[in-house]
Amino acid sequence: MIETDQLTRRYGSLTAVDGLTIRAEPGQVLGLLGPNGAGKTTAMRLIAGFLAPTSGTARVCGHDVVREPLAARRALGYLPEGAPSYGEMTVREFLVFIGRMRGLAPEVGRQRFDQVVSRLQLEDVLEQCIDTLSKGLRRRVGLAQAILHDPPVLMLDEPTDGLDPNQKHAVRQLIDAMARERTILISTHLLEEVHALCNRVVIIARGRLLADATPAELEARSRYHGAVSFSAPGSGLSQEMLGRLPQVTAIEVDPLDGRVTVFPRPGERILEPVENLLRQQGLEVSEIQLERGRLDEVFRQITLGDGAEGRA
Amino acid sequence: MSPTLAIMRRELRSYFVTSLAWVFLVIFLVLAGLLTFYAGDFYERGLADLQPFFAVHPWLYLILVPAVSMRMWPEEARDGTQELLLTLPVTLRQAMLGKFLAAWLFLGLALALTFPLWITVNYLGSPDNGVILAGYLGSWLMAGAFAAIGACLSTLTRSQVVAFILTALVCVLLILAGQPQVLDFFQGTLPRRLVNGVAHLSMLRHFEAISRGVLDLRDLIYFLLTILAWLAGGVLILELKRTR
Repeated sequence: MIETDQLTRRYGSLTAVDGLTIRAEPGQVLGLLGPNGAGKTTAMRLIAGFLAPTSGTARVCGHDVVREPLAARRALGYLPEGAPSYGEMTVREFLVFIGRMRGLAPEVGRQRFDQVVSRLQLEDVLEQCIDTLSKGLRRRVGLAQAILHDPPVLMLDEPTDGLDPNQKHAVRQLIDAMARERTILISTHLLEEVHALCNRVVIIARGRLLADATPAELEARSRYHGAVSFSAPGSGLSQEMLGRLPQVTAIEVDPLDGRVTVFPRPGERILEPVENLLRQQGLEVSEIQLERGRLDEVFRQITLGDGAEGRA
Repeated sequence: MSPTLAIMRRELRSYFVTSLAWVFLVIFLVLAGLLTFYAGDFYERGLADLQPFFAVHPWLYLILVPAVSMRMWPEEARDGTQELLLTLPVTLRQAMLGKFLAAWLFLGLALALTFPLWITVNYLGSPDNGVILAGYLGSWLMAGAFAAIGACLSTLTRSQVVAFILTALVCVLLILAGQPQVLDFFQGTLPRRLVNGVAHLSMLRHFEAISRGVLDLRDLIYFLLTILAWLAGGVLILELKRTR
């Protein structure tokens, strides 16, 4: 479990993290989302104990990171931003070193080493210098380092940054597989990642918490939530008819591909009426879709807005 | 294995893998040999001892120890591994001690590899081997003091060059502190007590005392305290950087 209470960190006059209160429970993948420079990395460094908070507290599995730093760090597996590692070491040497630093007994260490190496598919590069590895492999070595001691809490700073789509998929699968019994906090600025991984999202900007919700709740805040869009050639007439439906508040047509999006009044379901109307009109609809809401739009709205979103 | 030992082993290994160790050993051994024979009147003195050899050590260390210690923290800061290292379950004290011990052991190894000189004097005459052993001990302690200074000052900067220069500067000041010229300079301006204090800070004075074979507890304590004080200073700086 990770809990922070009014966690604050200042660098001189700049407040990088401002009164952040978050909570991540076992079985949860909490996504820390925010634009670049929002304070995600600083927040993680505070929880990992690399930086000391200016005020406020952070606890990992109940251990205060300032008063019981070693106990807190033992419970935590941490992948710092950019997955740093000692480049002149081989993968094997590096993981053995981490095992020693973690105080793993030799037998336990060997067992964990084998598990982690097979889980991250590092068998073929064990004897290679980390410097010679590709970015994706280095990221995997960083992940291996973070989970070597089988920690109950895992904190990953932009775990898929700079990876190709296949590698991203592999890392997400790994996180998903580990999520069941653990508390996982990941930071990201990729919205697709939130969909793929997180069951709760915290959005921060300028160091402040702006939203704390499930991805579905965030999507529900979108203008597009419950909207219906379709492609139909020559739908000029139907637009007018659609506008007369009592449940509909607005209609937009994409100037590029002519796709029509129909927005509902709050709380109304419009898929059925729209479909009925189109059928009555005898319009040839090639494809019709009910929108869940667009996270990118909500993200922009929250992080660029006046910040008066309140602490949900 | 304790984190201190794990860090020490990792550092020592990295010296040898990154060829720093080999370059250092060659330069140290060549310079120690050359300076002893050419600058130190090894033969002309007609004495079977290693005084000329030990006399050049402070000046050798002045250049070579900062070269070993300059990478300790700047490299970690540059590569981001400092964040990895210091978020493992290790205290700053353990991390600092591990790094320092690696450097000190390595310098001890370099010193031990000068044994052919010791064989040579034993072949040429019958030196007092007790004095020679004391000389080696003194030299190793002084190397440790320099390394501790370097360990401390390397926490201040991300630049290895800056770390090198700062360390060499402090070391030269500590070597020179007891020289008559320096003391004369202060004689007029500072109270007598303070001048004596400056003289006591001098590394050379304590080193020479030990390498003459006079194992005074005070000289040993001087070096050990110097080492501890600088390491503690380094830990303090790292601590401050965490909160700053």
